Amino acid sequence: MTPEPVDPSGGRQTGNGAGLFRSHPEGTGSRGSRILGTIVLIATAAFLFVALVASPADTESENAMGDMVRIMYVHVPAAVACYLAFFVTAVGSIGYLWKRTEGWDLLAAASAEVGVVFTALTLVTGSIWGHIAWGTWWEWDARLTSTLVMFLVYIGYLALRSAIVDPVVRAKRSAIVGVVAFVNVPIVHYSVEWWRSLHQGPTISRFDPTIDGLKLFALLFGMVLGILVFLWLLMHRFRMQYAAARLEARGLDLALAERRAEGAPVSGFTGSTDATTEKEAVR
Amino acid sequence: MEHVVRFRGAICLLGRFPALAGVDLDVSAGEIVLLQGPNGAGKTTVLRACAGLVPVVDGEAEVLGVDLRHDHRAVRGMVGLLGHASGLYEDLTVADNVRFWARAARARRADADAAMARLGLDGRLADVPVARLSAGQRRRTSLAVLVARRPRLWLLDEPHAALDRDGRDLVDGLMRDAVAAGATVLFASHELDRAIDVAHRTVVLAGGTSQDTADRRDEDPLAAPVPDGEVPVA
Amino acid sequence: MPEQSSGVAVAFADARLVAAKDLRVEWRSRVVLSQLVPFAILVLVLFGFALDPDRTVLERATPGLFWLAVLFSTVLALQRAFSVESADGVTDALRLSGLDPAGIFLGKAAGIAVQLLLLQVVLLAGVSLFYGATPHGPVLMVSTCLAATVGLASVGSIYGVLSAGLRVRDSLLPLLLLPILAPVLIAATQAFTAAYERTSGEGWRWFALLGVFACLYLAIGIFAFDQLLEES
Repeated sequence: MTPEPVDPSGGRQTGNGAGLFRSHPEGTGSRGSRILGTIVLIATAAFLFVALVASPADTESENAMGDMVRIMYVHVPAAVACYLAFFVTAVGSIGYLWKRTEGWDLLAAASAEVGVVFTALTLVTGSIWGHIAWGTWWEWDARLTSTLVMFLVYIGYLALRSAIVDPVVRAKRSAIVGVVAFVNVPIVHYSVEWWRSLHQGPTISRFDPTIDGLKLFALLFGMVLGILVFLWLLMHRFRMQYAAARLEARGLDLALAERRAEGAPVSGFTGSTDATTEKEAVR
Repeated sequence: MEHVVRFRGAICLLGRFPALAGVDLDVSAGEIVLLQGPNGAGKTTVLRACAGLVPVVDGEAEVLGVDLRHDHRAVRGMVGLLGHASGLYEDLTVADNVRFWARAARARRADADAAMARLGLDGRLADVPVARLSAGQRRRTSLAVLVARRPRLWLLDEPHAALDRDGRDLVDGLMRDAVAAGATVLFASHELDRAIDVAHRTVVLAGGTSQDTADRRDEDPLAAPVPDGEVPVA
Repeated sequence: MPEQSSGVAVAFADARLVAAKDLRVEWRSRVVLSQLVPFAILVLVLFGFALDPDRTVLERATPGLFWLAVLFSTVLALQRAFSVESADGVTDALRLSGLDPAGIFLGKAAGIAVQLLLLQVVLLAGVSLFYGATPHGPVLMVSTCLAATVGLASVGSIYGVLSAGLRVRDSLLPLLLLPILAPVLIAATQAFTAAYERTSGEGWRWFALLGVFACLYLAIGIFAFDQLLEES
């Protein structure tokens, strides 16, 4: 339950919470993140080629989407990444409730931030897809609707984090919200799905086009790339959170010294602070 | 003599602010100890730390045999804290409040009624909603809750504040009664004339550090416990 | 510390104490009766203005409007129930009280549930009067109300204490709470639709969802309240 181990030696600055990701104490980058970043950069170039040039347009399936099928190479990986991100947030939250160490809390926070960005991307691309496939920008499709609810839940999670100043209270409360929010995802999903199937029947399926060959490769490539981008962003956000926490904690030794100095002038009347003498004097 | 409170270099943080920056404090069973010091010295935080409301993040801290560094919440059931806030439900009457908090602490209804009588809250006042009480009457109600709960360690933050002369005498009487019944009292007060009279010992705080225990560390403050006879008869 | 076996009994005794206290607070202050019930009726009237006084539209939308009114009232009821607990040092007093945290959670949830059920009775009369919706399938409707109320009250108590004591709690609570309650709105509305349309068979599936939801969040509340009650 100890919130902040107070280490007068200042050992916190190089604390072990950063673990794998640490290399330069002042930056958010590390050897690992730079290697990963380079891989992501090269892979993105390759992915753009595969997705935009090499893979064929959708012409075979019943409701042929033409070039618009390429939206899926972004939409599906973004969706995978956002679910992964919120899963990591839940893991971080459980980890915090279990271990009570700052690192888990920061992991949950960093992952939720990245996850919200990916969710927004999922919603935007899903909406564009819907406009092409169904002719409306928004269809109350089960997957899209439950993703929107999830988006709002995690916006709330981040709002809660920013509303609490005390780091321990923030960690504790947001850990519980992080778990509840994740538990809620399947409940929302199934209730929306039942709800839609009641009115619509299965006629509005996803218009999923036939995916094979290079298209399948582009999709899988996109998913792997999406996960890598998520990890890369997560590393940097985590380091960012960690550095911010350190910055706040760095003031602690100074604050302690200042606090103790407040007491110094008062010790001038040390003589009268001796309880027994003072009491006797009063009597 | 048995330690009730034992702090060594205790540090407490309120958010990022070190409200306690190294406090040494010893209180033995049956003592009435006055915490003294200027505003913002950390008196309230010491009391709240003893109550298990503020975690002690560094140093040693033990209250009623509970290690606060290990589990600061285990002590809560055994202490009674009179803080600046009343801790009362505004919409409920005096009797509702005292009975609810007494029952929450597994005290009997008779204890609650006796406590109200002791604080002069029986009769007409018992059925008045707390929202309509004066500051002094609220203080009395909070004290009645404390009496009904029969804590082993009384932690009183400015117990004399807002009370009239009779009320202050009553508070002094309550502290002496508590000690006579085997409890221990730690309190903070600015009413020094009165407080020093009732207290067996004074501890001075400033800047979140204890001033006196540090000065007398080599003497061992417990070497000469306060003789029982010194407890003044009310 | 009480032993495991008596721990449950202690939790229930504490829950009863807290719930009785909450109902007593309501009895003395009558905030729910004098503010929340009129507010809920007002919402029904406003729906009528928004959707034209066309009885067929209103009648068809009755289940959804009913539960939407319940949802909005729940937010207000929670803000009331937890502002009582965060006033003037009461939160500290609760922490020091020796009350079992799970007991406090169950007590708060029970107190809120009783108030919400009262509100639903009034609202049911309201939709019958204003929207001309005659209720059917009493068993399904009552079961739905009970299950949904337990879900609302338990999620509400978790989030109520979570946001209690924060400066921005009035705006934060609905943002946190309402997305989580989306399944309750869907399921309770569908169950009511089934009841009004006399196709109860469909409705029980939704009742089951409400039941699962309620049990899940009751369990989360019982285990998490201890943490949530700490430092605010």
